[in-house]
Amino acid sequence: MPEVDLIEGFRDPAHMKALAQVIAKECVSKINIMEVCGGHTHTIMKFGLSQILPDNIEFVHGPGCPVCIMPKERIDHAIALASMPNTILATLGDMIRVPGSQTSLQKLRAEGKDIRSLYSPLDVIKIAKENPDKHVIFFAIGFETTTPMTSVIIEQVTEQKLSNLYFHINHVTVPEAVDAIMSGGDAKIDAFLGPSHVSVITGYKIYEPIAQKYGTPVVVSGFEPTDVMESVLRIVRQINAKKSFVDNEYARAVSREGNLKAQALNDKYLEKRSHFRWRGIGDIPYSALKLRDEYAHLDAEVVFKTLLPTVELNDHKSCICGSILKGLAKPFDCKVFGKACTPTSPMGSCMVSSEGACSAYFKYGKLSQKGGMV
Amino acid sequence: MSKKILLSHGGGGEETQSLIKELFFKHFDNEILLRMEDAASLVMESKKIAFTTDSFTVTPLFFNGGNIGKLAIAGTVNDLVMMGAKPRYLTCSFMIEEGFAYDSLEQIVIAMRDEMTKSGVKIVAGDTKVVPKGGVDGLFINTSGIGEIVYEGISAHHLKEGNVILVSNEVGNHGACILAKREEIELESELKTDCASLWKPVEALIHAGIKVNALRDATRGGLSAVLNEWAETSEICIEVDEAKIPVASEVKGVCELLGFEPYEFANEGTMVLCVEKGEEDKALAILRTFVETQKASIIGIVSEKYKGKVVLNTPWGSKRFLEPPKGELLPRIC
Repeated sequence: MPEVDLIEGFRDPAHMKALAQVIAKECVSKINIMEVCGGHTHTIMKFGLSQILPDNIEFVHGPGCPVCIMPKERIDHAIALASMPNTILATLGDMIRVPGSQTSLQKLRAEGKDIRSLYSPLDVIKIAKENPDKHVIFFAIGFETTTPMTSVIIEQVTEQKLSNLYFHINHVTVPEAVDAIMSGGDAKIDAFLGPSHVSVITGYKIYEPIAQKYGTPVVVSGFEPTDVMESVLRIVRQINAKKSFVDNEYARAVSREGNLKAQALNDKYLEKRSHFRWRGIGDIPYSALKLRDEYAHLDAEVVFKTLLPTVELNDHKSCICGSILKGLAKPFDCKVFGKACTPTSPMGSCMVSSEGACSAYFKYGKLSQKGGMV
Repeated sequence: MSKKILLSHGGGGEETQSLIKELFFKHFDNEILLRMEDAASLVMESKKIAFTTDSFTVTPLFFNGGNIGKLAIAGTVNDLVMMGAKPRYLTCSFMIEEGFAYDSLEQIVIAMRDEMTKSGVKIVAGDTKVVPKGGVDGLFINTSGIGEIVYEGISAHHLKEGNVILVSNEVGNHGACILAKREEIELESELKTDCASLWKPVEALIHAGIKVNALRDATRGGLSAVLNEWAETSEICIEVDEAKIPVASEVKGVCELLGFEPYEFANEGTMVLCVEKGEEDKALAILRTFVETQKASIIGIVSEKYKGKVVLNTPWGSKRFLEPPKGELLPRIC
């Protein structure tokens, strides 16, 4: 296979400067663009894109980080499950860092509980086989991107008749969250950057109702800096032409229909939940998934129900994550940002994961909000 | 069955003696060590001595381009070199888990011997402990070293406006190589550690009369940790150009895949240098004549713009602070 460069070409300085010039020339009105996905937030901050874009383009950082939107009571679920005797709890990435009401999985691990941070979710099968006398719990998180991996694990557990692996499902979906933000009427958002990898799975058709209902252009964008710049240009052009449709900049990976096989697999094992509380936003009906009833014997929320706390826990009242997620405030507007609330001791949802808006501002944004000093 | 290290190898009796003589003395052979006194008796010419110690624990013990033994020598040698000292003598302690393969231990010892020839340093005293299964993860090594200071004035306090910053090699190779090898990640790659003793290139810089104000090997915390520590300690600003920092494309790939920054990855044979303005081209030319520093690059300057901070300039005109690394490195989710 020939080597394909997926980095340098998408970071070409001449290309970046040219795009910035064209956008500056064509952009004539104030445009608030929400990037839904935490990966885009990261790209925008890490590569300093706001600094080379005209002042009337403003990014609003959406609820697109699966770790950030996890309410504390569900983290407490993970902690309760990991605290059971003879149990291994496995989850992804920086989920283990996030504090619940009392402690975090990371601290619990230091106290001797068996908690594994996986890179490949499929490793949980291996863990379950190697520990037949233990309960193994997969605390599944993520948007549509990671859901098919969970479905594959469920399929393998069923086929291989593994009896010690359970699932705590926290998979959430993008369109309902976007709808919840827009339907309040107070969000100041003119256009969306559509998520990259979510769209690989779902196809870009899922954003068509949003573009139509709210008259907002949606451009599905790749994660590289030239992807985002190109997508911003496409948004500017739609707005200038007074249009609002779903456009696909990330055509090298995304189609209108998406990955049909993955969608069918998800549908086989998972169904919509009627309620799911999003940290910083609150309840969004039908915005998350759960195991179908015929797989209830694999569902940790059913099997270990009596152990799981039920009290709903909100963030500290100084937190303005809800307003940040709606585009009504910026991380710097928050009184506790960078002081009481930092990546090492986060108070609110947007600071907890490296993909969260506040965390990205903390790491990359201190030098410049639009080029000036803080 | 292959030979294993047993608890009796650390018991102080006959087995211990045979392990010491047949393995350690065989490879670390030198007059002072072979004298087998309770302590080594040393003669140093210089009155100014650098003295350091480091313990080495790494999983996996063997990786592309090296093993824990090579690290244990290069790591301590480099700590001495970064103080302008010529590395002279080392001590070495092995903490070995019962059941460890003898062959693996010998491979590690051979790597240590080979690495010592690169700086001329000698192991003059040592200790061996064998602990019951589970007591350590395979093998831990501690090395302490002393060297003679031949160049004075190197300090994290000595960076001044106008000074020039260089890095001696691609950054992030060791961290990315170890990460790719970890069981839970299992990435296939050709990545090699940068692990190397840096005495030869530093000696050449000293001989050429290059005015070096600060020198640090970018180990844990990587380039970012060194630059931030310097900026803070000397109360100056370091401005670097992202495009000039050498990063291997495989390292970029690993970082993109897992959501890390190459500037935060550990290195084991890569140093950051701060030299007087006007000396940078000469320093660069010297570094490029050595294999271990041939990818050296001038990456930035010292200014007074944002005191205590490191600024990273992108090639398209934006900039950000390079924050010091924090917390445990955890891969991103999607």
